[in-house]
Amino acid sequence: MDTPLIRIRDLCKAYTRGDQSIPVLAGITFDIAAGEFLALIGPSGSGKSTLLNLIAGIDTADSGQILVGDTDIVTLSEGELADWRSGHVGFIFQFYNLIPVLTALENVELPLLLTSLTRHERREHAAHALDAVGLSDRLDHRPNQLSGGQQQRVAIARAIVADPDIIVADEPTGDLDRVSAQDILHLMDRLNTELGKTIIMVTHDQRAADAAHRVRSLDKGVLHVSD
Amino acid sequence: MPVPLSYSYRNLLTRRMTTVLTAGGMSLVVFVFAATLMLAEGLRQTLVSTGLPTNAVILRKGSESEVQSGIERSQASVMTTRPEIAVAPDGTAMAAREVVVLIGLPRASTGKISNAVIRGTDLKSLALRPQVRMARGREPRRGSTEVMVGKNVAKGFTGTQIGDRLRFGKREWEVVGVFDAGNTGFSSEIWADGDQVMRSFGRDAYSIVVAGLRDYGAYEAFRAGIEGDPRLTAETFRETRYYEKQSEMMAKFLRVLGVSLTIIFSLGAMIGAMITMYSAVANRVPEIGTMRALGFGRSSILAAFLAESVFLSLLGGAMGLGAAAVLNFFTFSTTNFQTFSELAFKFALTGDIILLSLGFSVFMGVLGGLPPALRASRLKIVEALREA
Ligand SMILES: Nc1ncnc2c1ncn2[C@@H]1O[C@H](COP(=O)(O)OP(=O)(O)OP(=O)(O)O)[C@@H](O)[C@H]1O
Ligand SMILES: [Mg+2]
Repeated sequence: MDTPLIRIRDLCKAYTRGDQSIPVLAGITFDIAAGEFLALIGPSGSGKSTLLNLIAGIDTADSGQILVGDTDIVTLSEGELADWRSGHVGFIFQFYNLIPVLTALENVELPLLLTSLTRHERREHAAHALDAVGLSDRLDHRPNQLSGGQQQRVAIARAIVADPDIIVADEPTGDLDRVSAQDILHLMDRLNTELGKTIIMVTHDQRAADAAHRVRSLDKGVLHVSD
Repeated sequence: MPVPLSYSYRNLLTRRMTTVLTAGGMSLVVFVFAATLMLAEGLRQTLVSTGLPTNAVILRKGSESEVQSGIERSQASVMTTRPEIAVAPDGTAMAAREVVVLIGLPRASTGKISNAVIRGTDLKSLALRPQVRMARGREPRRGSTEVMVGKNVAKGFTGTQIGDRLRFGKREWEVVGVFDAGNTGFSSEIWADGDQVMRSFGRDAYSIVVAGLRDYGAYEAFRAGIEGDPRLTAETFRETRYYEKQSEMMAKFLRVLGVSLTIIFSLGAMIGAMITMYSAVANRVPEIGTMRALGFGRSSILAAFLAESVFLSLLGGAMGLGAAAVLNFFTFSTTNFQTFSELAFKFALTGDIILLSLGFSVFMGVLGGLPPALRASRLKIVEALREA
């Protein structure tokens, strides 16, 4: 087994409804190796998205550790987390989440605005990323001029443009037809095998889970290894 | 690096109708704001250009205006013999003793009686006012009961055309000429022979003495000489300053009125902008969550939405200023509260007024846009993303 990139220890998260505390993650512990392509499955409401958001650094845990390399991201401040995300995490969402008023190229360029690259370098990197997802002929299209599958490919280009080591995807095929979904899964597989990205994907889709190299299932806040 | 500005203005372009309506509301406010400042400025410019910087005006000490002032004949001769006064080609001093009285005349538009200034002039009165030119007819003969009227009088009052006879001071006066003094207060006056005016109104004192000085720098010595002379109870002004002072009360009144009106209106416009921006934020919650997830900070989001609101208000400001600029082509007539006479002047748009109006627009944009922008910046990433 490779050295773990992400080590999760005793991770707890609960929501309070009224004066009642509803635990969602009840002490999760597991490792994710560098270069792993992991699928998180489980029934609705089991806490998959919650876990993914915590690993991606956009939500805060109640207790426990999430060690990425040597950094425990649970202890980072909001600003430090934002910087950490822009350097380490690429996001793929179920509904693509592109900015409607920006072109494909500008959407992909967006994460690079947080780097020290020049405008010219940013454009070049963004065009290159769009080329990698097969959309070099759609640079100036707005999201509403693209199909769902194409939008998700733009989103993937955006996720990889800043060269993060981790890619998180919450139901990346959830809004796509079968052919487009297959297309996206194939692309994600290439990100994993060719670019060596560590991918964590939440999914309901058996086909998507099959595409992953390892599957873990969550049930009522407890993690099970399925393979 | 902040969220690009194109994000902010493109969102305005996307919802064109809302943008135009909201900016339209703000443009009305900026229009009123700019228009009143232009009015005050136009008034000031008119009165300032009425005077000449090398001319000095002497009034009785403490009098607010020419109409209230009185200078005895003996005092006047002391004043007109000062060495700082330029010498005319005919060898006499370049100075004029003038008497100013108000009469009531019916306005051409409404038929209502308004005040008009009669200036009883001296031999050098015209020479001291090079901006006064004959437009039609001829100058009144000296020692006669002929008058010439300023172009605004000819336009604004009935019975003031060449050949018409005016009744004032218990006598009849024949209009023999119309003069044009440009955009100055003189254009709103009636000029007649000084001695005749004094006799008709039973006046024994002049109102003012106007002196053409040798040069601009001679003024200080002239003032010191007049105001230091124990025989005189007089006050001197540079002519430009004298007329500017006349505009101050009215200009201030206009500014205070305009600014207080627009502050009240601007509340409405700011609430409009606020509602627009609140709905913009509400419609873009997932977008905001996405940008935050990508690593943009709260301040970047705040700045992006504030910029959008400021663009919106600047658009409104530009529209309002554009409409106000059209007023430049209109002449406006009002009562000069200092002399209670009719005064015609133009709206004047200056660089300062443009800057002030745009500054005021930005102010409305920032104030109206701040609460929605704060809301946008305070969203929690996970909750914002869940609204997708
Ligand atoms: N903001 C919140 N307040 C209260 N409860 C919440 C909140 N967010 C999530 N939960 C609860 O936490 C639990 C886990 O939610 P989560 O979104 O992680 O589930 P999931 O496994 O991703 O489900 P799905 O497959 O439907 O997306 C659910 O029971 C949900 O109701
Ligand atoms: Mg989920």
